[in-house]
Amino acid sequence: MLDSKIPEGPLAEKWSKHKFNLKLVNPANKRKFTIIVVGTGLAGASAAASLAELGYNVKTFCYQDSPRRAHSIAAQGGINAAKNYQNDGDSVYRLFYDTIKGGDYRAREANVHRLAEVSVNIIDQCVAQGVPFAREYGGLLDNRSFGGAQVSRTFYARGQTGQQLLLGAYSALNRQIHTGKVISYTRHEMLDVVMIDGHAKGVVTRDLKTGEIEAHEGHAVLLCTGGYGNVFFLSTNAMGCNVTAAWRAHKRGAYFANPCYTQIHPTCIPVTGDHQSKLTLMSESLRNDGRVWVPKTVELAEKLRKGQIKASDIKEEERDYFLERKYPSFGNLVPRDVASRNAKMMCDEGRGVGTTGLAVYLDFAEAIQRMGEDTVRAKYGNLFDMYYQITDENPYKQPMRIYPAVHYTMGGLWVDYNLMTSIPGLYALGECNFSDHGANRLGASALMQGLADGYFVIPYTVGDYLTNLGSFAPVDKKHPAFEATRKEVEDKVKKLLSLKGSKTVDDIHKKLGHIMWEYCGMARNENGLKKAKGLIQELRKEFWSDVTVLGDNEELNLSLEKAGRVADFLELGELMVDDALNRSESCGGHFREESATPEGEAKRDDEHFAYVSAWQYNGDNQPETLHKEELVFENVKLTQRSYK
Amino acid sequence: MSEKTMNLTLKVWRQKNENTKGKFVTIQAKGISSDMSFLEMLDVVNEDLTRKGEDPIYFDHDCREGICGMCSLHINGQPHGPKQGTTTCQLHMRSFHDGQTIVIEPWRAAAFPVIKDLAVDRTAFDRIQQAGGYVSVNTGGVPDGNAIPIPKIKADEAFESATCIGCGACVAACKNASAMLFVSAKISQYALLPQGQAERYDRAQAMVEQMDKEGFGACTVTKACEAECPVGIKLTNIARMNRDYLNAKFFKEKTIHS
Repeated sequence: MLDSKIPEGPLAEKWSKHKFNLKLVNPANKRKFTIIVVGTGLAGASAAASLAELGYNVKTFCYQDSPRRAHSIAAQGGINAAKNYQNDGDSVYRLFYDTIKGGDYRAREANVHRLAEVSVNIIDQCVAQGVPFAREYGGLLDNRSFGGAQVSRTFYARGQTGQQLLLGAYSALNRQIHTGKVISYTRHEMLDVVMIDGHAKGVVTRDLKTGEIEAHEGHAVLLCTGGYGNVFFLSTNAMGCNVTAAWRAHKRGAYFANPCYTQIHPTCIPVTGDHQSKLTLMSESLRNDGRVWVPKTVELAEKLRKGQIKASDIKEEERDYFLERKYPSFGNLVPRDVASRNAKMMCDEGRGVGTTGLAVYLDFAEAIQRMGEDTVRAKYGNLFDMYYQITDENPYKQPMRIYPAVHYTMGGLWVDYNLMTSIPGLYALGECNFSDHGANRLGASALMQGLADGYFVIPYTVGDYLTNLGSFAPVDKKHPAFEATRKEVEDKVKKLLSLKGSKTVDDIHKKLGHIMWEYCGMARNENGLKKAKGLIQELRKEFWSDVTVLGDNEELNLSLEKAGRVADFLELGELMVDDALNRSESCGGHFREESATPEGEAKRDDEHFAYVSAWQYNGDNQPETLHKEELVFENVKLTQRSYK
Repeated sequence: MSEKTMNLTLKVWRQKNENTKGKFVTIQAKGISSDMSFLEMLDVVNEDLTRKGEDPIYFDHDCREGICGMCSLHINGQPHGPKQGTTTCQLHMRSFHDGQTIVIEPWRAAAFPVIKDLAVDRTAFDRIQQAGGYVSVNTGGVPDGNAIPIPKIKADEAFESATCIGCGACVAACKNASAMLFVSAKISQYALLPQGQAERYDRAQAMVEQMDKEGFGACTVTKACEAECPVGIKLTNIARMNRDYLNAKFFKEKTIHS
């Protein structure tokens, strides 16, 4: 039933052969097609610009006031590419291998190899656009090692790589808006997919400013709408990031894959109180020089929490550099999931620091001694400033406090090798799809995937679908499906506006976040997940019976915007729990306490779980159907990850 | 870090939409923690308003990490508030004291009409970028990333200009509502790089002309924009822009290389 459409042949030749086999659209015919792109982050902006350059008509939609604000902009660390400029042994195959292994063998070999192949083109493209990457004194591009990689393959623009790459894609998009090939709709939120004869033929959007609910037609629809980390309420995502576009597509028939795979990033600034609206990530490049520790004893940790002693009062021999102790070969550079889980373990043991006890130290004292404060400032200055700004603590003088936070979602809409979802004509690109990171994403790989999908994959694959439509006729705007879907959206908005209970939308969202974090966060177990399922169902009832949504449709309406998004999170949350329950193995970011080695490390179960879980929606409050896509590994040998 | 609790009096600009007149409304903000960000303080106020059945204050914001450029707010007469080098989302309540009155307004500029409460329409910025803020290269068919060495010092300078977040604080700070700092940052990024040379003068001309069309004011070099810019974009960008624009306009030297 699930056809991943992975091409035949040797791994390294699959993509080239596939590109040749894909049908082309004649240049004169491209202008007869319209493609809708939802979301203008790295994936969306790069896809929209590239498709318009080819001659397609493109419409883009984003909920922000400008395409440039998409949350790709906040990515700090860098972008990987197998350029091997450093002559340190990198290759397309090594990047492929690292990504498959880092994803804990839960990604498709063919997709990941393609990603590694096109990674080199991305850098060339961005440089040509004028993206100001970091350079060496000789004028060539600089690289750094990132996230524990053994080679230096990460390209970066100080701590603002995402910003510079997005502004590059935005500039390419702007050029096409200027030519008239792209029509850009800002402050518009996509609320449904229009289906005709089983194919996606358009979307319904709400103009956030005027409230107008409108149907837009297109020959294909590309969802580039990012991840769903905000289901946890607190995450490093932007406040507006949501699952609505993907979820509404899911309800129209697009399978949702591996929803339980979420990435919890280890180096975030800890929560200070109930008022907290979001969490701030600090690039994990900090772990290159910072040392992670907690006190050896609970007693010392208690004194720290009460403010009776300071970190500097704790002697060297009373400190537990737990990552260096447990993983001598990788030390502080273990992958994100391992670092996060260990920080949680320390706090669970009562050895956490800070007033809440939900933090561990990241200490630069040794680095400052080794290379001097000026060098540390040159490398990490902007991150230190940000930390100081938020916490009012000076990280040059006292260790930073860090705690894990939800950062990225590896799960997403199921797509085949062409990035098409299980709905013909509906594609998912970037974080919105599930395809390349398996159960855990490596650092500096998100930017790579977003741009790979948008610049170098979709321009080839979408043409094949359009050719196979067998007609160049415009989509019939008068088809009743457009008005019917528009009406459904309008009714849903009216229903939300009729809610006049006693709770605010944020009250419910925060409760959902607590449930997800407690039972479907860094460690999960069967009892907890079952409990969470019940709690989410109750919370959903509470939402529809006791939440309040103020104002009218015909205005900028904060509570209405939030309500629609939280309503969808309340449904997604349950599916995440179902998926986590089904997957009783541990893999990557998904740690099931029942599946651990005697040392407490994650234990995969390849015999039973080497598959992608793709869930099919069956109607409101109905259990979803699980489809399994078996993962076939022809090139890499499955091993248990070890960073000891 | 020592957390304090404070009570504040907010004078907030409330305006239903573009077509209605706005006014200041006084709102009490109680029990505000000094650890909150300014926007989290507004979140708390909005939750209270919502519970009372009153329309929450609309303000633009998104990443809350100081990089997306969506948050704005004129706070006690200063874009992004009293602290230098930060956006509103990175401003914390420890910069204020108990009992203080805080006046919160939207950006004020003819080219940035208020659309509701504290949110303004900044699409003029997008239109300026669309007029020429790019290097005209299509996807694919570009040379290797290392084919053109770029002196580090030039690359770093281009980066400094490229960090503009497009928030509009420069316009809000300027008595003439000039957008020159914003426009010149993009022009400079490309003017400093070899990739940007082919279209250098056409770009400067197109972007400046669009800027004028949008109704932004002229620059009288008061440097208010530079002082209020949250990411430190320098006034020298404007000098570079003016030079390129004049070259393009009066000398028709569209193909000169610097």
